[in-house]
Amino acid sequence: MTASGVSVRFDDVFKAFDDTVVLAGVSLTVEPGEIFALLGPSGSGKTTMLRLLAGFEQLDRGRLLIADEAIEHLPPARRGVGMLFQSYALFPHLSVAENVAFGLKVRGGAQGGTEARVAEMLDLVRLSGFEQRRIAELSGGQQQRVALARALAPRPRVLLLDEPLSNLDPALREETRADLRRTVKQTGITTVLVTHEQEEAFELGERIGLLNEGGLEQVGEPAELYRDPASRFVATFVGRCSVLAGVVKERHGGGELTVRIESQPEAPAWRCRSNGELAVDDRVDVCVRPESVKLDSGDGPGLPGEIEAERFTGSNSFYAVRLAAGPTVEVAMPGTAAGLSGACVVRQLAGELPSAFAAAESGP
Amino acid sequence: MSAAGAGRKAPRLRSLMPWLVLAFLVWLVGYPLLVVAAEAFGIGSPGGGGPTTEAFRSFFTRADEWNAMWRTLWISVLSTLAAAAIGVPLGFLFERNEIPGRRLLGALVALPVALPPLVGVIAFLFLYGESGLAARGLQTLGLDVSWRLTGAWAILLVHAYSMYVYFYLFTRAGLSGQDGAAIEAAQSLGASRSQILFRVTLPRLRPALAGATLLTFMTSLGSFSAPYIFGGGFRVMTTQIVASKLNGELRMAYVETTMLALLAFASLLLLRKIDPGLDLASGARGTPPARRRLHTRGARVGAASGGWILAGVLLLPHATLILMSLVPPNTWTVEAFPPVLGLVNYGDLLSSTERLRPALNSIWMAAAATLAAVVVGVMAARLSLRRGGLPGRALEAMMTLPWAIPGTVFALALAAAMSVNAPWVGRFVLVGTLWILPLAYLVRSLPLTGRSIFAGLRQLDPRLEEAAASLGAGALRTVLQIVLPLLRPAVIAGAGLAFITMLGDFVTSIVLYTYDTRPISIEIQSSLRIQETGIAAAYGVLLMVLSAAAFIAWDDRAGGRL
Repeated sequence: MTASGVSVRFDDVFKAFDDTVVLAGVSLTVEPGEIFALLGPSGSGKTTMLRLLAGFEQLDRGRLLIADEAIEHLPPARRGVGMLFQSYALFPHLSVAENVAFGLKVRGGAQGGTEARVAEMLDLVRLSGFEQRRIAELSGGQQQRVALARALAPRPRVLLLDEPLSNLDPALREETRADLRRTVKQTGITTVLVTHEQEEAFELGERIGLLNEGGLEQVGEPAELYRDPASRFVATFVGRCSVLAGVVKERHGGGELTVRIESQPEAPAWRCRSNGELAVDDRVDVCVRPESVKLDSGDGPGLPGEIEAERFTGSNSFYAVRLAAGPTVEVAMPGTAAGLSGACVVRQLAGELPSAFAAAESGP
Repeated sequence: MSAAGAGRKAPRLRSLMPWLVLAFLVWLVGYPLLVVAAEAFGIGSPGGGGPTTEAFRSFFTRADEWNAMWRTLWISVLSTLAAAAIGVPLGFLFERNEIPGRRLLGALVALPVALPPLVGVIAFLFLYGESGLAARGLQTLGLDVSWRLTGAWAILLVHAYSMYVYFYLFTRAGLSGQDGAAIEAAQSLGASRSQILFRVTLPRLRPALAGATLLTFMTSLGSFSAPYIFGGGFRVMTTQIVASKLNGELRMAYVETTMLALLAFASLLLLRKIDPGLDLASGARGTPPARRRLHTRGARVGAASGGWILAGVLLLPHATLILMSLVPPNTWTVEAFPPVLGLVNYGDLLSSTERLRPALNSIWMAAAATLAAVVVGVMAARLSLRRGGLPGRALEAMMTLPWAIPGTVFALALAAAMSVNAPWVGRFVLVGTLWILPLAYLVRSLPLTGRSIFAGLRQLDPRLEEAAASLGAGALRTVLQIVLPLLRPAVIAGAGLAFITMLGDFVTSIVLYTYDTRPISIEIQSSLRIQETGIAAAYGVLLMVLSAAAFIAWDDRAGGRL
């Protein structure tokens, strides 16, 4: 079952629709057999990248390569790319088996071979026995699996997944996500996934490319994006974080800094880390993850504030703490941290270094 | 050829395709209109001298021409009002009340929409004409009444009878799409029934009523059968054009054609400007309010009886047509009711090749035009919706244009454009040949198939075609195996309507037919002229049966979309 994957390369790809630049010279290499997730907000250009690769849009400049072979001039039918559409795009007038067989018949495969491949694919997505079902008779999750089997049946070189789970309800989404990853890894095919959901990208993607306004903000493994964001945008888009304005007081080795939180001149300075070139007295934005700080009631060392709201999510309680001079910090505490209310202090957890970036023009 | 070379050639051809189809449609639809306008100014007509505005000057100074324009306008306005006065209450009656036999009665009331206008017109003639069944019946009862079904009021009566169906169907569709929760909300806020009607129901019905108004007004503007049969000396623009042509005043006919086309365009623009709701969908969907149940037995019986009487009155002309088709020649003179009935006319019609020929002509020409209109419709809709932009909009406009232009105008325009042999300017001699009528039918079928196919394609997820392409399917395979099977209901609905309409076409046929291509409608007119009323009625019934059969078959296959 396992196929040898091929590389996919975007080389200085530029695409505009009328006057709107959607991709401004993006370069990216997806390694053979890798599951690569393109993550980003609406309009960031991630779907355009997928559609360019599939051949549904033509690029304005740059090159697209699959297995080091330029494909930008090829029509979709000849790119060897299988695609799972957000809406699945299953052919409603055909049965499950006919849908899966469509790409095989188009290529003029022998009858016996086609049937065997259809059976193999339906077995892969655990839908054996559903061959004669109409599409309308299937649940959302089953339709998604048929679409995956159809995309994989002609043995494409690359698999493209366009928001593959967005049409499923939350409960089914989690189960299907694991299924999808298992199936794709089983085939060994190079896969490019587009999603706007961080959780989906983190669980499915071995590496993630975070897009913003037509450019790649950061490419890396999920943990890298979360723990070591390259920009304020990455820090705020991936996971939750509160942004506090500060001033660099001291520089240390390894990109570490001591930052005084601007609104709290009396409070202890914070230890942060930075990827950029920051100098002493530079103004910075400190991105604080809720789980990298803790809350203590009453006085003590830390940033003094007042608990404004509590949100209980089961495993954690999230507190919105209004600091004395204005900004709000979100703090995650395990379980129900009963008894916390009113005045408190926010403290940095040992070993958890928030990221600091050169201050944005506007406020947080 | 290298893969790269093949890959580059295909996009070039693809980018040219919309322009090629657009060029064909412009030649077929727009060009004849330009030719007729040009010839009205004396430009391009063989031996016509130089450009001149003489014919236009003559048009603007002749009272009969102005009268025809004015009559066309007010007849259309009054026809629309009369059709609304009948159709809207009927729509409410059948959509909002649970009366016994509602489904069957509701369908019977809509039946005239499936019948060719000419059939309705001659059915009226046989029932309410000077020596029709109604006049004879009243005279037998000793009532010394005599009337002539002629002039403006006769035209209005026939229009109201044949066009109320638009308001009836649009009203029912609009009401069935309304959300009952809005009415319940109004009730809970204390609104009375009349307040709910005028402040909730009718405002939300506006797009449907606006659509029916536009359809009725434009149909009336281009109506030919009723003014031709019942008009007498009362001429509207369509009959004025044909009269000018028959009188040999070709230049004046072209001027009248141009003026009627301008009037139609102006009316369309005005109606859209007056009511922007014409472009709106019928609003939010929801569960329609439950139909009102009649609680007492008396109310139920009364409603059912009233409904059946109404259906009887509406279907009486067609019943009369059937009766007349059973009257053998020269057997009915002064009696109130035909003394002899039989199938002589049908025997005559079916046993003679010459008699059958018009029916076969109508069938093949309507079928050929419909098939061609479907092919052009699918190509234009795909290219238009995929390409978008200027060529996309132009393709859709060209497909829709014949709807806004009266059939008489197109017939004259085609006759003008296709009577000259000048291939270098796109003109060929087709008038007098086998091809001119199917071509004219094709032009008139385009908006019917196009509207349906455009709507069907818009509802089709474009990702389906992309999915087929990503699986390796080429354009032709994608169309044949994915697009067409999924578009089937829309194609069948549009094709069915086009076929039925062309089967009974009279308005273009009367301008362009030849003896060899004469359709049923022309044969009906000829039979009436030589007093063969039984044969004319038998042809009418044949047309009615063919249309009804096509309607039922297609409605079934189109999933009730007709």
